Amino acid sequence: MIPELGHFSLILALILSLVQAIVPMIGANRNRLALMAVGRPAAQGQFLFIAFAFGCLTWAFITSDFSLQLAAVNSHTDTPLIYKITGVWGNHEGSLLLWALSLSLWTVAVTVFSRNLPEPFMARVLGVLGWISAGFLSFTLVTSNPFERLIPAVAEGRDLNPLLQDPGMIIHPPLLYMGYVGFSVAFAFAIAALLSGRMDAAWARWSRPWTTVAWVFLTAGITVGSGWAYYELGWGGWWFWDPVENASFMPWLLGTALVHSLAVTEKRGAFRSWTILLAISAFSLSLLGTFLVRSGVITSVHAFATDPRRGLFILALLVLVIGISLALFAWRAPKLAGGGSFGLVSRDSTLLGNNVLLAVATGSVLLGTLYPMFLDALGLGKISVGPPYFEAVFVPLMAPVVALMVIGPFVRWKGDDVKRVLRLLAPAIVASLVLGVGIAFAIGHVTVRTVLGLTLAAWVLLGSAKLLATRFAERRGADVGTTLRGIPAAWWGMWLAHLGIGVFIIGVTMVNSLNERVDVKMHAGDSAHLAGYTFKFVGVADAAGANYDAARATIEVTRGDVAVATLTPEKRVYVAQQMPMTEAAIDIGPFRDIYVNLGDQLEDGAWVVGLFYKPFISWVWLGCLLMGIGGVFAASDRRYRRLAQREAAAAVAARQTT
Amino acid sequence: MKPRSKRLVLLGGAVALLVGAVALVLSAFQQNLVFFHTPTEVAAGKAPVGKTFRIGGMVETGSVRREADGVTVRFAITDTAKAIPVSYKGSLPDLFSEGKGAVVQGTLGPDGQFRASEVLAKHDENYMPPEAQHAVDQAQAQKAAETVQQ
Repeated sequence: MIPELGHFSLILALILSLVQAIVPMIGANRNRLALMAVGRPAAQGQFLFIAFAFGCLTWAFITSDFSLQLAAVNSHTDTPLIYKITGVWGNHEGSLLLWALSLSLWTVAVTVFSRNLPEPFMARVLGVLGWISAGFLSFTLVTSNPFERLIPAVAEGRDLNPLLQDPGMIIHPPLLYMGYVGFSVAFAFAIAALLSGRMDAAWARWSRPWTTVAWVFLTAGITVGSGWAYYELGWGGWWFWDPVENASFMPWLLGTALVHSLAVTEKRGAFRSWTILLAISAFSLSLLGTFLVRSGVITSVHAFATDPRRGLFILALLVLVIGISLALFAWRAPKLAGGGSFGLVSRDSTLLGNNVLLAVATGSVLLGTLYPMFLDALGLGKISVGPPYFEAVFVPLMAPVVALMVIGPFVRWKGDDVKRVLRLLAPAIVASLVLGVGIAFAIGHVTVRTVLGLTLAAWVLLGSAKLLATRFAERRGADVGTTLRGIPAAWWGMWLAHLGIGVFIIGVTMVNSLNERVDVKMHAGDSAHLAGYTFKFVGVADAAGANYDAARATIEVTRGDVAVATLTPEKRVYVAQQMPMTEAAIDIGPFRDIYVNLGDQLEDGAWVVGLFYKPFISWVWLGCLLMGIGGVFAASDRRYRRLAQREAAAAVAARQTT
Repeated sequence: MKPRSKRLVLLGGAVALLVGAVALVLSAFQQNLVFFHTPTEVAAGKAPVGKTFRIGGMVETGSVRREADGVTVRFAITDTAKAIPVSYKGSLPDLFSEGKGAVVQGTLGPDGQFRASEVLAKHDENYMPPEAQHAVDQAQAQKAAETVQQ
């Protein structure tokens, strides 16, 4: 009964989404307030129905209702409660429902927080979001109904894929989806701007916080996913340039470009059509990501579906969205031309340079990801494009981005003097070159990549320090507290996010230059050595979890005479699917991780053990964390709220006079 | 600088940047493409010696052996028609097992032995890597064609 209620509720949500898609749009065109006002309640009602449907599905998983096909395939009575809940979105149908849920959550957030937008504009934004929602809800209902019954019911479920039974997987999909789907708001704002012809600095100011928040979610989602790959896949890598990762990375890259391009549009009224194009592209890439990941065209843990109907449906949706929005863009964009002119050396031009480079980098990732699929689809042979391609392309494209990123904040808008900027930054340039080469020699790893990475990292850190110092110098005389409070949140956001890039580069460079690994065969009592650490293999004992049996090894790690850690990697076999899985054990430290995994047992009773030394890997996550926090700061800047209030007052005044 | 010449400099810079980036991408592409071959093609000598490529198929039942060091593994990968001997040093994926699909990436030695630098197995018990499926399908199709001819 409950699944049927969920199904029914989802159908009602689809009907409401169509109302939201059509009625306010008509209202905006005819300038009828009553019709425009339908958008808000329709969006909020739709959210309630989708949330109810999601609740029904979750209930079926929690109560192990195996008459529901989805629960029977993805859950098990012995699965811990938290993974029963994770199972709701650990499959194709449920994850689509999650997609729809996060879209309606974003829509409701827009109706609540952007109350001060002009009515026709708001109506168009909600209309666009309504169309997207209608597309995804009908996709869910027509090709991927999560409420499909299994008759007769089975006694026991097949359990969730053990790889997904992990704390990281509880939050990775919701975070990532909030990021993907969040770009739909930026997209809706862009389309509404094209439809209404209103595309000015105020528009950029409305759209900016939404874009930034979506970017924060996407950053967090990608970081958690990467962390999961690091400790769960068991071979110590954290980024594989796998198509699935690229699918989330491409919208991130363009989203980053969009956040910066919006800054120029807000401050200077420039780059307007470019900003719109980026908003359209970022959302299109989010849809493309959904298509790649969910259609089964690529081999990965994410590819649940192999039903070709589904791939075709998303592809059709993708073509419609891109086609319609680009046509609209081509029709309307010529009217947007203009904006301030700027000099060769100006903050505008550094941001332009970064935008172009980020777009080219996105294109290169897109090419490497799609080309093998095109060849395959056309029957021209099977190829794969691996990490060597992406590294060869990405490093040279991103190095100038990072170099420019540090210079940008020092340069004035509109135009600046080259000599002034050079004089400001010359000490930092020299110091970072010296540091880059010096540290590379000190760690005994002098390669082009290492020197480049360390130099860029030093450049970012020194540049950030200099930027902060300049900010203080401007307010000489004021005490520290006043100066700190006087700096707007948006500035801190920029500063933290840029600092995060520097920390991230340190992590990547160090772990790529100095990581060590060895696979050894060990009997109980054997010792092995790696990177100055001694690993003593004490032995293996049986251990059992709620839904798996495991062999748990105990490995004592010492450095000289000092005990460092006792690690217990496991080899698990999940009972329901008889699926083996390696659970690595990690001693996390600020300057290095010690990472151990347990391989197969050999005929003579020995075990194959993988030992890894990963210097500075935590800095990779720390850098991402700083970027995310920076985004939160940027979005919470007071001027967005102040401005909203001022505009609300103006709107009220306007209404009273008419 | 006059606005006109400034625009020219900007435009020229952008075009130079794009051309450079495209050249970079294409050359990296050329050098790093990894081709895929079926065991039958490899056995027929159609695969390059000493260049990295991928083979997909099933791990032949009864073929997995470990060397005395415990970490070097030898097995054969087959598309049910031909089998190619593979050696690999390192930990195998959890779902690697005999009779199941796998994809190996590495180079072919002059001795006909494939030295894998990477072994990929599927992530899910019910899932077959498309490359492996493709190799088996091709071999089956060829066999069927041969039977018809006889």
